[in-house]
Amino acid sequence: MNEIAPTHVTETAMPACARTADGKPIADPGPDPALCARAPIGMLCELTHRCPLQCPYCSNPVELERANTELTTAEWQDVMRQAARLGVLQIHLSGGEPTARKDLEDIVKVAAEVGLYTNLITAGVTLTRERLTKLVEVGLDHVQLSVQDVDAENADRIAAYKGGMAKKIQVAGWVREAGLPLTINCPIHRQNIHNVPRMIDFAVEMGAGRVEIAHVQYYAWALMNRAALMPTKEAFLVAAKQVEEAREKYKGVIVIDAIVPDYYAKFPKPCMGGWARGIVNITPSGRVLPCHAAESIKTLKFDNIKDKPLADIWLSGEAFEAYRGTSWMKEPCRSCPRKEVDYGGCRCQAFALTGDAANTDPACSLSPLHAQWQAVAEVESHSEPPEFTFRRVGGAAKKPETHNVS
Amino acid sequence: MSETSEPPRSAPTRLIVAGETVLAIPRHIKLRHDPGRGRWIILAPERVFNPDETAVEVLKLLDGQRSVNAIAETLSQTYQAPLDVVTNDILAMLQDLTDKGVLVKA
Repeated sequence: MNEIAPTHVTETAMPACARTADGKPIADPGPDPALCARAPIGMLCELTHRCPLQCPYCSNPVELERANTELTTAEWQDVMRQAARLGVLQIHLSGGEPTARKDLEDIVKVAAEVGLYTNLITAGVTLTRERLTKLVEVGLDHVQLSVQDVDAENADRIAAYKGGMAKKIQVAGWVREAGLPLTINCPIHRQNIHNVPRMIDFAVEMGAGRVEIAHVQYYAWALMNRAALMPTKEAFLVAAKQVEEAREKYKGVIVIDAIVPDYYAKFPKPCMGGWARGIVNITPSGRVLPCHAAESIKTLKFDNIKDKPLADIWLSGEAFEAYRGTSWMKEPCRSCPRKEVDYGGCRCQAFALTGDAANTDPACSLSPLHAQWQAVAEVESHSEPPEFTFRRVGGAAKKPETHNVS
Repeated sequence: MSETSEPPRSAPTRLIVAGETVLAIPRHIKLRHDPGRGRWIILAPERVFNPDETAVEVLKLLDGQRSVNAIAETLSQTYQAPLDVVTNDILAMLQDLTDKGVLVKA
């Protein structure tokens, strides 16, 4: 998604700082110049896997981490200090539902103090106005709010949570009232893809400066639910055209970021901007991953932040070194002119579908498995969708747990 | 949605940057020097922008008081460059950054 602005500014999009806008040195601990050149720009912090929603495409692993294994407040605060020292610029506080952590404010406060740009990724349904005010006071910079659909009833069904929509509208209002920028994130799949234009209109109506039309990526829960989620190629193309039209209509009003389903692409996406290049992910229990799905690669070992410093893990951890750069590549990646463009695609997808994470991602038209893989999408998307398997701690469930707004 | 939404806002429109426009960097956008990497950066929601020296020069002059024309004049004198060239150059850049939500009307 990188693009070059017409004149003097280049841009890096995050798959996901300083308190001062005048360039004064940031608060101690300052970054270490020797490390920064090789440091990640962004850090995704899965603070918890607890979540009131049960979306069948959740990006968390199928084996969710339990509350009693989560890092403590002090441990997360230390992670923030280490990240700033290493040269991380932005942190994405995610989950599960990050507001399920009662100490979120204490973590944000330290992150802000050490100069990290803080982004809260939330479903919003359990947030209160008081809590948001407090988060803004301690230095929260941005809120990304997920919306499962613009049709409230369908949204409730997808998330297996009643009354979510009204709450999200309220939260969006509080965010804007607090003067914070807002992103609306819409995960797209066959059961809501018909509403793409309305989702963008909704984001504009909510005062968002940015909207993500994020086609579901098929790992973990979404892979399990692929047949229930995969849109047809025709539906995808219609939605892509609608996004283009909306970009024209809302130029200068809202930034629209579209993440395409790679089943319908010719070349793979540069997953995470390349393995261990720009993003680091920390799980609720402190495991440090090159990507949030990396644990699906069963051949890799992951370090824990409780055992080793973040900088050591980032620079020389086994999982990070395994697929960093291009020297691990096989053919057809090794001799491909696009090898530094897309880095051979997604390692997790390569592992899931070929058994070897060093193979070319089947999303690439040069993969020997590409045709077979696209055929799966073709067949599944034209068949009657099966029922969702909802995201649950302790294993998959055909029936959602009953939740109501308290 | 009408029963639960906040009071309606007026529909947002695109800001067209002209010579007399006065721009500012909103609170949530952070222009700062990244000492570790030895460069200036703009931190924005889920974006990092890398401005070059010229862009940094222009952005530092956005004090919420000066118009684009006034900034162009300053830069034209500092660098002894033709005013119309400088004006067109920075107008394009400022429009682009405004479209991306990095700058707002002061």
